[in-house]
Amino acid sequence: MKIVQVRRISQAFFLSIFVWFCIVSTVGDKLWQLRGWPVNWFLQLDPLAAIGTMLTTHTLYRGLLWALATVALTIVLGRFFCSWVCPFGSIHHFVGFWGNRKKPAAQKIRLNKYRKAQCIKYFVLIVFLFMAAFPSLFATLQTGLLDPISLVTRSFNLVLLPVFDRPINLTSVTQRFYVWAWLVFVMFLTTVLLNLYIPRFYCRFICPLGALFGIINRFAIWRIGKKQNECVDCKLCEKSCEGGCEPAGNIRISECVLCFNCLDDCKHEVISYQTQPSLAGEITNPDISRRGFVLSLVSGILAVPVVRLSNKLGRNWYHRVIRPPGALVEDEFLKRCIKCGQCMRVCPTNVIQPGGFEGGLENLWTPVLNNRIGSSGCQLNCTACGQVCPTSAIRPITLSEKLGTDDFAEVGPIKMGTAFFDRGRCLPWAMDKPCIVCEENCPVSPKAIYTQECFNTIRDGVLTVKKATDNTIETVEENLLLDRFATGDYYCITKGGERMKIVANTENSIKISPDNQFEKIPSAGSKIEIQVRLQRPYVDIEKCIGCGICEHECPVSGKKAVRVSAEGETRSSDRTLLLKR
Amino acid sequence: MNEQNDEKLGRRELLSRAGKAGISIVGAGAVSYLLYDATGPRPGVETEKLVTLADFSVKPQVGRTMSIVKGSDRVKTVDKAIELLGGIERFVKPGETVAIKPNVAFASPPMLGATARPELVAEVVRLCYSRGRAKKVYVADNPINDPSSCFMLSGIGKAAKQAGAEVILPKNHLFKNTTLAGGKLIKNWPIFFGPFEKINKLIGIAPVKHHHRSGASMTMKNWYGLLGGRRNIFHQDINTIIAELAMMVSPTLVILDGTEVMMTNGPTGGSISDLRRADTLIASTDCVAADSYGCSLLNLKVSDLPYLKKAERAGAGTTDYESLKPLFTTVS
Repeated sequence: MKIVQVRRISQAFFLSIFVWFCIVSTVGDKLWQLRGWPVNWFLQLDPLAAIGTMLTTHTLYRGLLWALATVALTIVLGRFFCSWVCPFGSIHHFVGFWGNRKKPAAQKIRLNKYRKAQCIKYFVLIVFLFMAAFPSLFATLQTGLLDPISLVTRSFNLVLLPVFDRPINLTSVTQRFYVWAWLVFVMFLTTVLLNLYIPRFYCRFICPLGALFGIINRFAIWRIGKKQNECVDCKLCEKSCEGGCEPAGNIRISECVLCFNCLDDCKHEVISYQTQPSLAGEITNPDISRRGFVLSLVSGILAVPVVRLSNKLGRNWYHRVIRPPGALVEDEFLKRCIKCGQCMRVCPTNVIQPGGFEGGLENLWTPVLNNRIGSSGCQLNCTACGQVCPTSAIRPITLSEKLGTDDFAEVGPIKMGTAFFDRGRCLPWAMDKPCIVCEENCPVSPKAIYTQECFNTIRDGVLTVKKATDNTIETVEENLLLDRFATGDYYCITKGGERMKIVANTENSIKISPDNQFEKIPSAGSKIEIQVRLQRPYVDIEKCIGCGICEHECPVSGKKAVRVSAEGETRSSDRTLLLKR
Repeated sequence: MNEQNDEKLGRRELLSRAGKAGISIVGAGAVSYLLYDATGPRPGVETEKLVTLADFSVKPQVGRTMSIVKGSDRVKTVDKAIELLGGIERFVKPGETVAIKPNVAFASPPMLGATARPELVAEVVRLCYSRGRAKKVYVADNPINDPSSCFMLSGIGKAAKQAGAEVILPKNHLFKNTTLAGGKLIKNWPIFFGPFEKINKLIGIAPVKHHHRSGASMTMKNWYGLLGGRRNIFHQDINTIIAELAMMVSPTLVILDGTEVMMTNGPTGGSISDLRRADTLIASTDCVAADSYGCSLLNLKVSDLPYLKKAERAGAGTTDYESLKPLFTTVS
């Protein structure tokens, strides 16, 4: 079998298991659900995630050790990841091949020539790495914006899967929604379509992971090159060159993605995969100008302090940026989050959403709870997001830690925020209508939402007695709505008398519950009042964990009458609201 | 291009072009005519086809409407309670299809008592298959929290499947609109109709729970899980909606589990300290009667739960359960 065929099989294999891992990231124990599938494997193989978090946190989080294998293999074999493993690379490879397959060889050779602009990806990498490394007070990890593994993971999980799963509901009972998914898609589609313009456009010009491999590639033991000098200079080896690395001349080792097309296309067996440098000469280092390097370095160092002038990590923090349970304090969180979207994918209730710019530029596609979306707020007995997070931006907490039980009883539960009532919108507060769906659904024990009973005289609720018997009062008014007061929530109170539950009413009479007895039957002409019994909700801030179930269930469905905001979240000591008792 | 180039327009070419132009114009005209709408859209035209839940009740037998069994083992008490009413054979005939509607409202573990107990659901499934010789048993609910999580954490999903039942989750296409005859609130409202469309018998299973708004959540309130849409707005008139649910659903049998009763912090609970052992299990063909007895386990009177009287007045059952001469027994 030809080596390019082996490569194609490898690409198909890794792309397939990547798609499979996307499909199975549903909490559950069926074969096509999460069980023990290593759904983070591609993200863990990604050295950019590993090096990025190493620079920001000076640690290497458990599964990211896999990246060492990738780096080690790259040092031995060269940039194999790009053409053999990377699912995003395989998509580009295929689209680029398919879109240009009918072009004549001469045109293909022109398409696949080396371009000076291929150095841009190194500048992208330098900017990201210096953002992560140097402004040590403000370090932030933004590699996820362009990291191909993050990009392809969130594109599949947050865009393609919910769209294609819609008719079959394999991965969720109801349709999944993701705000800002459209922007993920625009980026995905643009990068894929650019292959029609130049094959592997993203890999050659933008990919910071490719740039990282390009730098490591200089150490590669095996590399592509010419094994003899007699060459007819037909340039056919450059016809299908995926990296644009000019194997016909001075091969650019840093650009070679090890597609082996040149090896296959060379009819004279001049090209080989070998340990000695190409006899035609080779360029091992990336083509980066000193000026470009310095500019991108300075940009990287300055970027974070400039972005943070918005003070979104300081006093101007945005209260609706509610992070999942177990998320680190905001600046530490931003040092780890690679915007892969795994937490959003795995969240069984779909409450974790990709963030927009509300929390500043760095907030884009980071996990934010939106209690209006999904099947429930953050479920009490669930810690799935932290278990799946590949970089521990959301810590893998236990249920005891989340709920503040057992060993964590003294610390108390993790609070994501606090619920606030909007008394101008709440039915019992603003409109004298009974409701308290929020209280019922509060999952905390004892409930964080409690109620106080009150009796309010309704509009036009003062009536005049015409005649009264043991359980019935006839009124002078004859325009009562039939059985309006029969819901069990209405009471009638006589002047100075006691309050009695109404069980039925006609246009001009009110029947009170047989459990009640008038102490003194009201006289004709005296006034009675119709009152509604209300249970008005309050939040006990000591108990509220900000799970948002109340907000999700609130029947005031436009702007909810109870809303969670991040005040009081336990991850940030500077966001506490009340004094400790 | 055509061999006759632009220089000389032949007769044939002219006719062909004129023909194509004519067809295009007539075509555009025809489409415009067919789709022409002089009035514009009218507001609020209901096009949904309405459905109605079938009557799943069995023929009443005097003295065999309700049984109350004391005991701590739910499997034993439910076996006994059903046996006292004439055995599952009275309710499920060979080859029939049965749906069980447990309360699976919350994603919380069974020990907290916020949901029906998995062993109880499994036992009823088992009875339907073994002695009722049912063809198929479905277990379905439209929970409040995330449906998959609720069935998983409550243990009901696994228990039901192990007993041979099929769990039906509330997917969108399974909802259809209904209107309750004589109802005030259930009008053109989506219900979780799919699982109940082609069944022969319906069994409800609910725990006895405190419920802050309505007082108590038992077998009647359990039917709330059939409602879809923005059902929370019905809390403005909780007693009427629960009574209407009892009118809408005519079950074959309901099982009210008061083995452990959620006394406080309902309907979610969240702590075993919210529970009290009452070691009582009720089986009844009349859910109003079952709940009227059940409220005593929460130290409530029938008059504390206005929905009971409302349902009684609507003909959904009786609050005077004593008149049914319920069968009492104790199993150890």
